[in-house]
Amino acid sequence: MLQAILLVVAQTIVLLAVSPFIVGLIRKVKARLQVRRGASVFQPYADLAKLFRKQPVVSTTTSWIFTATPYILFASTLAAGLLVPVFVSRTPLNFAGNIIALVYLLALGTFFLMLAGLDAGSAFGGMGSSREAIVASLTEPAMILSIFAIALTAGSTNLSTIVHKTALLEGIVTDPSPHLMALAALFIVAIAETGRVPVDNPATHLELTMIHEAMILEYSGRYLALVEWAAGLKLVVFLTLIANVFAPWGIATSVEPTALIVGLATYLLKVSGLAVLIGVLESMFAKLRLFRVTDLLGVAFILALLGLVFFYVLRG
Amino acid sequence: MMSVLVTALLTCYAAGVVLPACLPRRPKLQNFVAHGLSAGAGLAGIVLGIVGLLAPAPLILSLPSTLPLLTFAVRLDPLASFFVLTISLAGLSASIYALGYVTEFYGRASIAVLGALFNGFLLSMTLVVIADNGFFFLIVWELMSLLSYFLVVTEHEKADVRYAGLFYLIMTHVGTAFIILAFFIFFQAGGSFSFETFRHPAQPLPDGMRTLVFLMALIGFGTKAGIVPLHVWLPYAHPAAPSHISALMSGVMIKTAIYALIRVYFDFLGGQFPWWWGFVVLVIGAVSALLGVMYALMEHDLKSLLAFHSVENIGIILLGIGVGMIFQTFGLKELAALGLLAGLYHTINHAMFKALLFLGAGSLLYATHTRNMEEYGGLLRRMPWTGVFFLIGAVSISALPPTNGFVSEWLVFQSLFLSFQLPTVFLKLMLPIAAAMLALTSVLALACFAKAFGMSFLALPRSAHARHAEEVPVPMRVGMALLAVVCVVLGIAPMVVVPLLDRVAAPFTEVSIEGKVLALDGWALAPGNVEFSSLSTPVLALLLVVLSMLGLGLVVAFGGLVKKRYYKTWGCGINLTPRMEYTATGFVQPIKRVFSTIYQPTLKLETEFLEESRYFAKRRRFEFHIEPIFQKYLYDPVVAFFTTMADRLRVVQAGSLHLYLTYIFVTLIVLLLLAV
Repeated sequence: MLQAILLVVAQTIVLLAVSPFIVGLIRKVKARLQVRRGASVFQPYADLAKLFRKQPVVSTTTSWIFTATPYILFASTLAAGLLVPVFVSRTPLNFAGNIIALVYLLALGTFFLMLAGLDAGSAFGGMGSSREAIVASLTEPAMILSIFAIALTAGSTNLSTIVHKTALLEGIVTDPSPHLMALAALFIVAIAETGRVPVDNPATHLELTMIHEAMILEYSGRYLALVEWAAGLKLVVFLTLIANVFAPWGIATSVEPTALIVGLATYLLKVSGLAVLIGVLESMFAKLRLFRVTDLLGVAFILALLGLVFFYVLRG
Repeated sequence: MMSVLVTALLTCYAAGVVLPACLPRRPKLQNFVAHGLSAGAGLAGIVLGIVGLLAPAPLILSLPSTLPLLTFAVRLDPLASFFVLTISLAGLSASIYALGYVTEFYGRASIAVLGALFNGFLLSMTLVVIADNGFFFLIVWELMSLLSYFLVVTEHEKADVRYAGLFYLIMTHVGTAFIILAFFIFFQAGGSFSFETFRHPAQPLPDGMRTLVFLMALIGFGTKAGIVPLHVWLPYAHPAAPSHISALMSGVMIKTAIYALIRVYFDFLGGQFPWWWGFVVLVIGAVSALLGVMYALMEHDLKSLLAFHSVENIGIILLGIGVGMIFQTFGLKELAALGLLAGLYHTINHAMFKALLFLGAGSLLYATHTRNMEEYGGLLRRMPWTGVFFLIGAVSISALPPTNGFVSEWLVFQSLFLSFQLPTVFLKLMLPIAAAMLALTSVLALACFAKAFGMSFLALPRSAHARHAEEVPVPMRVGMALLAVVCVVLGIAPMVVVPLLDRVAAPFTEVSIEGKVLALDGWALAPGNVEFSSLSTPVLALLLVVLSMLGLGLVVAFGGLVKKRYYKTWGCGINLTPRMEYTATGFVQPIKRVFSTIYQPTLKLETEFLEESRYFAKRRRFEFHIEPIFQKYLYDPVVAFFTTMADRLRVVQAGSLHLYLTYIFVTLIVLLLLAV
């Protein structure tokens, strides 16, 4: 029991600590590719600290939904993060929810963020919420299908079980194609869900293009800090999911100290690697028009479906 | 014990029908008596439902009648008890709510009639689910339809209400015709209308007849349930009724059809059917769910929006039942029980949150006198209680953890995921696609309720109605609070609900899965096994609370205590007005555009320019419609056919007495000739 609690606390701390770093790393990579020096990778920590200390300005139009949303968003995203194995393959909270619960926990945050976007009464917020609604609805089917394909190959929908089995090389299908299809689909889904280029651009404040930034436009001070932190967390949750489900190399399958240290180190490497990849991709592509996003997410859906078909066809 | 409760329940409702009319014409008194009695009956029904679910053997009561084939037989097995519980829970809340809501109708409608119809409606619904005789069932079924029709046309001075009522009346009778046919097939085989002979007929039904029964029941009960494409009446009729009636119609009346479908397929037909039956139910479920939510998104009348969501949720329930039927065919009893259990769980969940949302919509109507969402806004500040209850309903229907809607949708997902145990590749591929459709449905529902709640309760009031709205009276708040509490309990205490539902499903699948679904002393749900999937809503709820506290702690730790500053929203240099806010129409525009194949939207923009220059518009007119596909391509041709037929037949109805006498004479001759 004590060990379980300690592991949950450790996982919370790691997730909270890593997420600003990942955001900073992506920004750094993009800056380097644009031949700029860029801010330090630790800049997001300083930003958060600054925002926490600033006095928040709250619109007189808003209701309690506006001030409650940052906490709900933060809690739901972190709760989703606690369901994913990070550096230990057996997460203590495995029983609390499988991958569907994770998807819906993230949806809980999205729902309240959409409400908060509408609450201030400005057209920008409503625009953001409306766009978020369409992007979220298009990602969900692809996400469920890719989850299904993964669940089939691993024989489980519980993330811990999937990762643990894969790490111990149990029940691995010899043909990896369904897995690869699902990986590709899930990667596209992750990009769309976390609001990265080419679906959304986290660096823009232009009303023609912004989605996530439009929803949180009215936030300031500590509320903005929580929302930004939660956005970083969501990104890390998806990267962790992809890294550990498809490449659980090095993850600690027991709770011995050396295994834990190795697990933590490889985890940081893997997530940083994915962050660099995202930075490179963001520099290579331009943001898509909102109504072009349909095509991209359609591709994700088809990929996931093909993964499923391949699984059944290959298995006869 | 149980028979006493049944008597108490029926007496209360019956008294509620008779007594208000006998009282002096004082609306206040009539209101109090009628709804007090229905609340009492609701309480009795809740106890009866729980006792009936736990009882070891079903309770059977029977009264003979002077009519042949008809006996007033009543049977309370777990399935019937479960539905009695659902109806009574919604009935109790609606009764308490009505104490406040009905004051709107003082002087506009007879409270005695409204109260009597309300009690009669609840009584007929309860009798539908406990009837144990086909004839009796048809009588109370018809009674339920007629009483709800009268309730729909309470405000009959409005033309659109009369139209909605007529539409409903025609549709429900077409449905009833199919049900009668299905029951006659049973009657032919068994020679009696008793449900016992339906179950065990003298000679078993041939396969062709069974298929006919399947289709007849699906069409007949499906009309009442509102499956696509038989759903068209629902968005007209449900919103037209007074809101506490809408809550009952959408929350529980359509569930009686679900009850009947389970009764016919799993009980009368013994759960023996080919796989395509389940597949048909599954496809209808998936299509209803998706189209229901899509049309709901385009609605800006709050009550119509909720009515379309009933179509969606009936679809989700049918997904669960359909999966159960498919598994049943292949002998996977435990999975069949899981599918059925998921469907039943969603049945009670939907009854609770839909009733809650309709009562919430009623409160908005009460406070603002409009159903148009574009005229709401900022109501959370003016009506904080209604807002919180509506939010609980909205979060539940959007299936967000840890609410009840999430638990049942999760169970439906799990039963769809377990499809890999099926032997045919076709079904193995189709069930995941159904799961993807369910995912799309649930996220569109989320968008729809973000719109509904956001437009109604947040930002600035968009009309004078909304600016002057006031919180509703206490009884209405109590009615909503009750349902909100039930919603929360159903969400975080599945360990209480699942054993009860297991008792409902077990007789039909001959296997109890309580021990398989509940793991870790009931703290987690784990269909299959804990390794395959698990969910613990109590732990998730606790986790969310603890982590929110952590967020608060971090804020204080890093930033200390800082006073917030309030300032108006930046309106690009001018003061913010409600006209600058995003509208409900604008909110769903991207969705409308992406799914334009389904909506077939037509836009009309007429601009009148100034004579001097074409660069200045004098007046603009914007119209937007979405194509009601089913009405246009399915119903209109049928209606046109019948009107043409009627026109043609008019020649024989010339109105001349001599002609009619000739008809009679000719008929007589023909009959005599036939007799010879």
